[in-house]
Amino acid sequence: MTFNPELFLSQSVTNIPPSGIRKFFDIAAEMDNVISLGVGEPDFVTPWHIRHEGVYSLEKGHTHYTSNRGLMELREEISKYMKRRFRLNYDAATQTIVTVGGSEAIDIFLRTVLNPGDEVLIPEPSFVCYKPITQLSGGVAVPLLTKAEDNFKLTPDVLKAAITPKTKVLVLPYPNNPTGAIMTKSDLEKIAEVLRDTNILVLSDEIYSELTYGMKHVSIAELDGMYERTVVVSGFSKAYAMTGWRLGYACGHPAIITQMTKVHQYAIMSAPTTAQYAAIEALKNGDDDIEVMRDEYDNRRKIIVKGFNDMGLDCFEPQGAFYAFPSIKSTGLSSNDFCEKLLYDMKVAVIPGTAFGECGEGHIRCSYAYSLNSINEALNRIETFIKKLK
Amino acid sequence: MSKIKNAKKLVDILHNNCRLSLEQIATMMDMTVKEAGAAIDQLEKDGVILGYGAIVNWNKVPERNVVSAYIELKVTPQRHNGFNRLAERIYQYPQVKCLNLMSGSYDFGVTVEGESISDISLFVTEQLASMEGVLSTATHFVLKIYKEGGSVFVGDDEDTREVISI
Repeated sequence: MTFNPELFLSQSVTNIPPSGIRKFFDIAAEMDNVISLGVGEPDFVTPWHIRHEGVYSLEKGHTHYTSNRGLMELREEISKYMKRRFRLNYDAATQTIVTVGGSEAIDIFLRTVLNPGDEVLIPEPSFVCYKPITQLSGGVAVPLLTKAEDNFKLTPDVLKAAITPKTKVLVLPYPNNPTGAIMTKSDLEKIAEVLRDTNILVLSDEIYSELTYGMKHVSIAELDGMYERTVVVSGFSKAYAMTGWRLGYACGHPAIITQMTKVHQYAIMSAPTTAQYAAIEALKNGDDDIEVMRDEYDNRRKIIVKGFNDMGLDCFEPQGAFYAFPSIKSTGLSSNDFCEKLLYDMKVAVIPGTAFGECGEGHIRCSYAYSLNSINEALNRIETFIKKLK
Repeated sequence: MSKIKNAKKLVDILHNNCRLSLEQIATMMDMTVKEAGAAIDQLEKDGVILGYGAIVNWNKVPERNVVSAYIELKVTPQRHNGFNRLAERIYQYPQVKCLNLMSGSYDFGVTVEGESISDISLFVTEQLASMEGVLSTATHFVLKIYKEGGSVFVGDDEDTREVISI
């Protein structure tokens, strides 16, 4: 009998479509001289003093597991950081957990709180993981469509219209990948107003919180009545250019964190030890590094946004993260066709907005976590492409 | 520092990459092109910006040999003029690329460039060591440059980021 692996696969996994991001990279990988604005991670290398602490921890022989929740010293630093940055008080011992990237924190949170059929409200366009993890956890993903005319912010009306008795969680993915949108304090107040009389938890994904331009990030957990119902997820990847170290964390109510720890301890055991030692150094002495990288992203942000607007692709001003999300509607092409043609004709790899939800149609995501030379070259090629289309 | 608005940021931008177009500098500075041009002119007039040059890895320019040395100089300060008179005599030489008055066990740190080791040896013995007021010299030849002017000279800066769905 021939072995048929398809027979053994879980439908909840096979039903998940492949990532729309990967597809373009796979094509690009086969081509030469491709300029990519596709990668969603910092181009900076982790600052040396942070890397050095990781190396030093290895030299000292810190090669064992840590406690399930993470090194106490790291959790204390996380607690101090949350207090100095957001005036949020989290007890290091009971209200914090160190995870394998912010992604694991999202995963274990949703697995911890969802019962079959629970609905999770997910603003779109947004990072690609919320929907599949919700589905794998037995929940139902409900997209909340955000619009360019609202600067891709979540509005209270859209939220209200989506709430049902089954709504369990609202995901707040701001600053946003892929749009670069942020939610100001007054934007969040309007959301909090809707949530106060409900039993809805908030998963606030604040992984890009250090990368905002012109104003500081505000966490919804800072607002009245929001602290207890919010689990804040963040990490070291974006702020400190530590993507490969795979380290994130979650802060929230002790009862929720305790149950999340159960999922974490059986699936993961503990987050990487070397990374945890490096992260202590990042939180203690890394504020200046964040500023240097943020300033550099800001310079590139201004160049790329002006570049798109000058060539006739309307680009809303992103105020966070490191992505521009210009509209390509004026070309008459779909996002997917635009990206495919651009890749084949001009060898520029960008990501179609639809990879982040259907309402991303008519947009493309361009990361500016690239050198200015790469950004300039990509802008030149895209401009040539647009002119040829006319 | 210059009186112009946000001078530090402008200087930082130019210091990192002075080949950016004026349009790009203006965009980064939230200025018009005219304002950015005027601000740079002002920085030059104020003596904040003294020149623009490339950071060159001379090992990759086969037509030109560049040997450099760092020389520790002990000197006798002169009455009324301290170290300045002597410094003026030293920095006039085109071979001297960098001259600093130092704290510690010697007085001047001098970076000298020439086309060969003998060029530099000759300069040190004939010009520097014999200069009035110079007590002693210690010459350290540069064997390999790893980093200069903030730029790393070894390895490559290839983008090694891999494909990932984020």
